[in-house]
Amino acid sequence: MFPTPIEKRSRTAQITYQSLLPIALIMWLLPLIAVMVFSIRPFADFTNGNYWGVPSSFELFTNYGRVFFESDMPRYLLNSVLITVPTVVGAVALSCMTGFALGIYRFRGNLLIFFMFIAGNFVPFQILMVPVRDLTVNMGLYDTKAGLVLFHIAFQTGFCTLFMRNFIRALPYELIEAARVEGVAEWRIFWFVVLPLMRPAIAALSVLIFTFIWNDYFWAIVLTQGPDAQPVTAGITSFNSQFVAQYHLMSAGSIVAAIPPVMIFFLMQRHFIAGLTLGAVK
Amino acid sequence: MSTTADAISQMRAEQSWMQRNKMIVTPLLFLLPGVLFFAVYVVIPIFQSFQISLYRWDGLGEATYIGLGNYQELLTDRNFEISLWNNVKWLVLYLLAIPAGLFIALFLNQTVVGIRLYKSLFFFPFVLSQVVVGLVFSWFYLPREGLLNNIITAFGFESVNILGDPTLATYGIIAAGLWPQTAYCMILYLTGLNAVDPEQVEAGRLDGAKGWKMLWYVILPQLKPATFIAFVVTIIGALRSFDLISIMTNGGPFGSTRVLSFYMFERALSEFGFRMGYGSAIAVVLFFIMLFFIAYFLYSMWRDEQEARR
Repeated sequence: MFPTPIEKRSRTAQITYQSLLPIALIMWLLPLIAVMVFSIRPFADFTNGNYWGVPSSFELFTNYGRVFFESDMPRYLLNSVLITVPTVVGAVALSCMTGFALGIYRFRGNLLIFFMFIAGNFVPFQILMVPVRDLTVNMGLYDTKAGLVLFHIAFQTGFCTLFMRNFIRALPYELIEAARVEGVAEWRIFWFVVLPLMRPAIAALSVLIFTFIWNDYFWAIVLTQGPDAQPVTAGITSFNSQFVAQYHLMSAGSIVAAIPPVMIFFLMQRHFIAGLTLGAVK
Repeated sequence: MSTTADAISQMRAEQSWMQRNKMIVTPLLFLLPGVLFFAVYVVIPIFQSFQISLYRWDGLGEATYIGLGNYQELLTDRNFEISLWNNVKWLVLYLLAIPAGLFIALFLNQTVVGIRLYKSLFFFPFVLSQVVVGLVFSWFYLPREGLLNNIITAFGFESVNILGDPTLATYGIIAAGLWPQTAYCMILYLTGLNAVDPEQVEAGRLDGAKGWKMLWYVILPQLKPATFIAFVVTIIGALRSFDLISIMTNGGPFGSTRVLSFYMFERALSEFGFRMGYGSAIAVVLFFIMLFFIAYFLYSMWRDEQEARR
């Protein structure tokens, strides 16, 4: 193990390390802690210039209550859910299929199609912006959740295919050969042999794509505009103009917007990290 | 394997065309929906953008062909130049996330009580949306209310308005971007460190390698896959920077924090006017910068692929 395990070092080194850990963590999360402290303060603290002293009262419930009951925040959150969940399902389903085709079969153009997916996944969003916006407008899907979902599914398929294909490549190929010798139809091999083995990959991708899509901002402002369809990342700017300079409410609002992916992360950490390393680093 | 499949298909003499060609038809059918989606929304739009960049077009009315007119205009556009330079700053400074991430990973790669929670909390910023990161940092930087300036003034220095100062604003935004990016690199290295071969470390120790030498000659070579991915995601992240700029400064002060991705959006789709053609020309430039890196990534992946086959 590198660096040398702390248990093998001197007692002083151990104590230093143990006390450094929380200090480092607080410094690392300082901007975030600041926002959390803001979000429980009463408005009076800001007008009195008491930004960093002890809060004059504890207003957690009032502040967060106002976020939920006096703004469009719940609608934005619901929109985010209605955009994110179908995207996750669609992109994972499509990429299970593409990953299976590219990982199992040998045919001409296999690597070419695979590399097309990878390359497409890396392009700057701006080169897609004008045509995709046009396409969405022409389909009558501008400012709808469906318009965003369709684009997200298509774009995320690139990344998901990369992940799924590499995962399927690493499965024992003998299993598929054995099934073929038994005369199992190809689609049944996909459904009954490969798909059950892909569960960890599906879990990892779902968690990851959920966070990616939930956090998307660029496409939300390009393809939607009102509280009817906008997800919370875009909605937060209108929320902030509703409560301009009321830092206690704006802080509470952005914490609310951040909570769902954070919860998903803490609940499904192992899958999340497996996904992030693209399966390349074990 | 195809020979066994062939043998089976010969055994059953009268078979449909579908069954005889199943090793080609099956993958094609499985690919079809994914490829179709991807083509319509990603591949074709790239070429459409190339085409639009040759026109003067407001997005609604008639488009007029002007050849390379938009690109000629770019050459003398002062704002384009600023954006391009800012992109270079982003690229160079963003790479700091890699050594910083490695540093934190080495710091956390221990087995003390509660270390798992520490690791997840250090990783935490990456899970936040860039919008939230942008807001958090712009409040952190606030001249009066912000915590940063309260700390600075507590030490007796003048308070600075980072996002209001054209010479500092871009660096302030990059610092905000480095926060989640470092967390990402850290997690890549932590997973990589897990897989480091303990025997090689022991052998290195016996040979008297310690500290920096051990890191450089024994550990880092084994972390190469992690470094590669960290490099890929950091470069892409740097060139994609948009959310933070849009949230923190909206390109200002005086347009000093624009980057190509933001400038393109501003030209094509904001109150500055709907110049779709000109915006697309900016996007094409950004695309070629990115393509340079994409080609390199694909080449390395292709090389690995060839090695895996042998």
